[in-house]
Amino acid sequence: MLYRENGQFKTSYRADQQVFPILQDRIGIWLLLAFAVFVVPMVVDEYAFRAILIPFLILSLAALGLNILVGYCGQVSLGTGAFMAVGAYAAYNFFVRIDGMPLIFALLLGGVCSTVVGVLFGIPSLRIKGLYLAVATLAAQFFVDWAFLRISWFTNNSSSGSVSVSGMSMFGIPIDSPHHKYLLCLGILIVFAAAAKNLVRSHIGREWMAIRDMDVAAAVIGIRPVYAKLTAFAVSSFIVGVAGALWGFVHLGSWEPAAFSIDRSFQLLFMIIIGGLGSIMGSFFGAAFIVTLPIFLNQALPALGSLVGVTIDTATIAHTELMIFGALIVFFLIVEPHGLARLWSIGKEKMRLWPFPH
Amino acid sequence: MKFRSIAMAATLVVAGTGAWLSATPAMAQEKVQFFPSLTGRTGPVAPNATPFANGYADYMKLVNVRGGINGVKTLVEECETAYATDRGVECYERLKGKHGGATVFQPLSTGITFALTEKVPGDKIPLITSGYGRSDSADGGVFKWNFPLIGHYWVAGDTVLQHIAKKEGGWDKLKGKKIAVVYHDSPFGKELLPIMQERSKMHGFELLLLPVPAPGVEQKAIWLQVRQQRPDFVVMQTWGVMTPTAIKEAVATGYPREKMFGTWWSGAEPDLRDVGASAKGYSAVMMQHGAEFNSPVVKEIMAKVVDKGQGTGPKDEVGTVLYMRGVVGAMLAVEGVRQAQERFGKGKVMTGEQARWGYENLNLTQAKLDALGFAGVMRPVSTSCADHMGSAWARVHTWDGSKFTWSSDWLQADDQIIKPMVKASADKYAEEKKLTRRTPADCQI
Repeated sequence: MLYRENGQFKTSYRADQQVFPILQDRIGIWLLLAFAVFVVPMVVDEYAFRAILIPFLILSLAALGLNILVGYCGQVSLGTGAFMAVGAYAAYNFFVRIDGMPLIFALLLGGVCSTVVGVLFGIPSLRIKGLYLAVATLAAQFFVDWAFLRISWFTNNSSSGSVSVSGMSMFGIPIDSPHHKYLLCLGILIVFAAAAKNLVRSHIGREWMAIRDMDVAAAVIGIRPVYAKLTAFAVSSFIVGVAGALWGFVHLGSWEPAAFSIDRSFQLLFMIIIGGLGSIMGSFFGAAFIVTLPIFLNQALPALGSLVGVTIDTATIAHTELMIFGALIVFFLIVEPHGLARLWSIGKEKMRLWPFPH
Repeated sequence: MKFRSIAMAATLVVAGTGAWLSATPAMAQEKVQFFPSLTGRTGPVAPNATPFANGYADYMKLVNVRGGINGVKTLVEECETAYATDRGVECYERLKGKHGGATVFQPLSTGITFALTEKVPGDKIPLITSGYGRSDSADGGVFKWNFPLIGHYWVAGDTVLQHIAKKEGGWDKLKGKKIAVVYHDSPFGKELLPIMQERSKMHGFELLLLPVPAPGVEQKAIWLQVRQQRPDFVVMQTWGVMTPTAIKEAVATGYPREKMFGTWWSGAEPDLRDVGASAKGYSAVMMQHGAEFNSPVVKEIMAKVVDKGQGTGPKDEVGTVLYMRGVVGAMLAVEGVRQAQERFGKGKVMTGEQARWGYENLNLTQAKLDALGFAGVMRPVSTSCADHMGSAWARVHTWDGSKFTWSSDWLQADDQIIKPMVKASADKYAEEKKLTRRTPADCQI
């Protein structure tokens, strides 16, 4: 009843093609943003900020970047962790080596370096497709791991190979409280998500999708595969690189290459598969699912156990968490192979027709 | 059908959340000293990290049986990190505010230590990293909240080289020799290298660095290099599944186990039990304690905790090397609080900040240690504002095919070499972080 678009007439192309054509969606998204910016910092405790919200925001950003490459352009990549690492280490070097480097520039320059590396490792995509490309992007993962472990210049000659940053500030405000960190991540995420949403609706986004759906047909109608694929790699690795820099700077504070290992690449790939390939919304769902569910299970299981009077030991909880997590992934993929974003849009369809489905 | 299953799942989730929310406040509100425990009961280091967590929990139970810390009971809550840094950070955030606030963290992972080092000054919670983490954090002038009590990687590296030199008949005999270092390719492994390089410069032996990618189950190439290069000795900085793999590869390549020396983390029963008799002759340097089945504290734990059915882990594990490491870790954590109580009020619950003072002013004399049941296990430990390590004593033990036996007398790491290295590295850290050294006035607080 509430979610009806009767009476909302579009009188211009502009109105018809806006990001959220339905009024309720527009109101909803503004409310959500206002909630995230104003209400959340007031009601949420430090644990939720540091352990749940900040990782969720950063990994959403990374998933968003990966979704552009895999979901929109159809180029399967297992090098996400590597591109995150490039972003993090490049931003670190800019931040530490150049005195007075503003934080936001360091983060963005991290993204730029990641773009360069991403395009470089995207070149094979012009000849290799599908799973073979995934294997080729693995090269990025191993090369970058090797480079940051072995070339001590990248880590500012730290004897242990671990680097850390502190004393971050923006516009004179020190970024050390969880509120500031959260707002920094949220701000960057909003800007990037809005940009990405508009990018995928533009001509370049349509080129990516054409390449994804059938590259030969796309080439026939005049889309240059070189341009389309490499721009997808560039945009994707830029976003992923910034996410990597945030992960290092804001979330961990101190990191080593293992923080961006192959596991991270898989984790991000799972996020977008579960969340929904080719959907901006899906990146958020996937990140929420993968970041929060294990933590939730890990805390809910002992609580459930104590409710029925059983104390479960830590190892059993860890194992059960993995089992339930795995089972839920399978469950959701069986229920909806197109990801959580598809469930969301089915729900929306139903809402639009409710209470009189035809 | 589909809808019903989704509804079922949703109900379960709601029930879980409800249970979680309702259970949290019920546990709080009692006068307890809270010791969080970050465990690695799953993941690549599970065989080694599990006994540590069990020893830690059992000793805390023993403290409670003995009557607590001047009447204040201890409480342990575990959080599983699986040796992953991001999960470790999550666990830290989860536990730091629980049960009236965490006293001290012992993350048992160098990666997590590095991440937490950046966080603890803000939260005012000390960090004990016995034998791991940052070696330069022994410098209390820069690292106010870090305590690598009873030693760090450089102490282990220095003592293992001392042992080798002694066996050879003096440092001058090492000249021209070749020593290979097989290390975990991560901050954990690399932290050992500066001391090895320093000693190699001093005494003119050649260093062969052989990094093994984590988790370390693939080492064929490394041991092929060992076979080709024929180093005179191999020093291993390994942890978890990496150690037994290395020893098995050494057996396969025919490298004599008598010439292989592990550091503190590379010489415990779970590493060698599977290899058994063929690992005979392998040695590892132990800071302070080793396997201590006959020590008074183990007997007391047996009598008062394990035999009462309160033991955390299997009974045959009590007294093994890593179990003892948990016990010693817990003892240091508790004694720091006891020391802090001397100043801030006996029988009171100490905050992290107060406990930090206790760790900085630890004075565990032999008499105190003996009274706690650590006779023969440990030598005195005393810390100060400048020295957050407290002691640099170590011994070497050797595997005889089924158990460890001591094969050296007490060794002490050479302060002349390590102190300047610690200071230089800490200064570099301070410069990078734009920190200033603590003033003498700050040490009084």
